[in-house]
Amino acid sequence: MTNDTGPAEGPFLAKVELTANGTARALTVDTRTTLLDLLRNHLDLMGVKKGCDHGQCGACTVLVNGVRINACLSLAVMHQGDDITTIEGLGLPGALHPMQAAFLERDAFQCGYCTPGQICSAVGMLAEAADGAPSQVTENLSAGEIALTDAEIRERMSGNICRCSAYPQILEAIRDVAEQAA
Amino acid sequence: MRPFSYERATSVVSAAKAAAERPDARFLAGGTNLIDLMKQEIERPAHLIDLRALPLSDIEGAGDGLRIGAMATNSAVAADRHVRERYPVLAQAILSGGSGQLRNKASVGGNLMQRTRCSYFYDVTKPCNKREPGAGCAAIGGLNRNAAIFGQSDACIATHPSDMAVALGVLDALVETVRPDGSTRTLPVDELHRLPGNTPQTETSLVTGELIVAVVVPPPPEGRQSYAKARDRASYAGGLASVAAAGDRIALGAVALKPWRARKTEQALAAGASPAEAADAELAQAHGAGGNDFKINLTRRMITAALKER
Repeated sequence: MTNDTGPAEGPFLAKVELTANGTARALTVDTRTTLLDLLRNHLDLMGVKKGCDHGQCGACTVLVNGVRINACLSLAVMHQGDDITTIEGLGLPGALHPMQAAFLERDAFQCGYCTPGQICSAVGMLAEAADGAPSQVTENLSAGEIALTDAEIRERMSGNICRCSAYPQILEAIRDVAEQAA
Repeated sequence: MRPFSYERATSVVSAAKAAAERPDARFLAGGTNLIDLMKQEIERPAHLIDLRALPLSDIEGAGDGLRIGAMATNSAVAADRHVRERYPVLAQAILSGGSGQLRNKASVGGNLMQRTRCSYFYDVTKPCNKREPGAGCAAIGGLNRNAAIFGQSDACIATHPSDMAVALGVLDALVETVRPDGSTRTLPVDELHRLPGNTPQTETSLVTGELIVAVVVPPPPEGRQSYAKARDRASYAGGLASVAAAGDRIALGAVALKPWRARKTEQALAAGASPAEAADAELAQAHGAGGNDFKINLTRRMITAALKER
C-alpha cells in the first residue's frame, strides 16, 4: 500500500488458518469478515446465532481456546491458529454435552434463539469460576475458590440476553451442571 | 464496514512506525469497541495493525508495584492474585464493566482508548463535534442523561465510559508508551485523556503512532479501597456515576470526558472537612445540561458514602 491518505480501494483479502470444532481450516476471506460470519457463512456452523451483532446480546458466544467471547465483535483474521468451539462442537444429538442435556432437562428456553450462546457462555463461565476468577458479586476477592451461588451465576451470565425470559430455568440448568462437577 | 487492509504486527516499534506512516490506520487490540464502531462506520480505518501477536500480556511485579502489559485482557487483570489482594479497587472496577465475554477479549490498552458511548456520537444522522469537527453537538439541548457534569465545553458534553481507568486514576497509575521513533515515555494516566475544549476529536495526549505498551501501578496507598457504580441495571450497563476510593484519594467515573480525580475533595479532606463537606468541595464546580442534573446530587451522595466507609 502506497496510498496513505486516499480512500482504501479494496476489498482486501487475507488468509487465516484456524481449527473449528476439531477440524483444521484454511480460508481466504475479506478482512471485514467477523468470526461470527466466518463460522456461519463460510463454515456452515449455523448453530452460532447473530442477534444484535454489537456484543450486547450474547447469542453469538463461542469458545476460543476454551474462553468465551462474542464472535460478532471479532474479525476472522484475528484468529490465526486459534481453536474455536461452537455449540455443534460441544455435542450433537445422541452425544450431548452435560450443559446441553441440562438445558433440555430444565426446559431452559422457549424460542431457542439465544440457547447456543447461553450454553457456550455457561460452559466458559463454569471454567472461569473453577479457575477461581472473581466476579462483581464475589464478596471476598482474595478467596482462591469461588462459591457459585445463584447471584454469582446470574452476574456471570449477564452478557447473555433471553427475550423469552427463561432465566429461572437457565439458572437451574447451569446450577445442575455446576453441582455435578463439584 | 469500509474495506481495510490488515497486518499482524511483529514488533512494538514496527507497529508504531506503521501507524505513524499511515494516519488512516488503527491499532487493533481486543477489538470489542473498534469493530463495533467500524460496523457503524464511525471509525473508518483503511488499515488495521493487529497487536495480538505481540508479547504484551504479562502482569508482573515492578519494584513494589505492578506492571500490566497493555494486551493483558480485562479478565486476566481482574483475576490476577496481586491485583485482587493489593489493588481490589482495580479488580472491582474492571468486573463492573461490560460482560464476561467482553472482558475476556478487551485489553487494558484498548479499555483506556475506548471511545465515548454518547448516543449522538453513535447516531451518524446527528451532528457531533467529536465525529465531525465543527458539526455541532446534538447532546447539548438533546437527550443528555449520560452527559458530563465536570470539564465539559460548548463543543462536547460526552463522558469517558471506562471503569478501569477510574481505578487506575485513583491508584496514580502510569501509562508506558512507545513512539514511532522507538523512544519510550511514561505519563500519569490522569494526563492520558484530554478534556474536550474546542477540539473534542482529539481525545488523548498520544502522538500519531504512539502505542501504549503497559500500565504501571505504584504500591497502593494506605487505607481502604472501594469502587461503587450507579447504573440502570445491576449488571452489564454503563455507569451514570462511579466512585473509586483508595485511602484518602477519590476518582469519579462517567461524569467527565476523562476519569475525574476529585482533587478538591482530597484537599478538603486533608484540611479536616467532613465527608459531606469534602464531597461539596468537588461538586461546587459541577454543572448539568438538563437531563443529567441528577448526577450532581448522585455523585455528592456517592462520594459521601465512599468517604464514610473508609
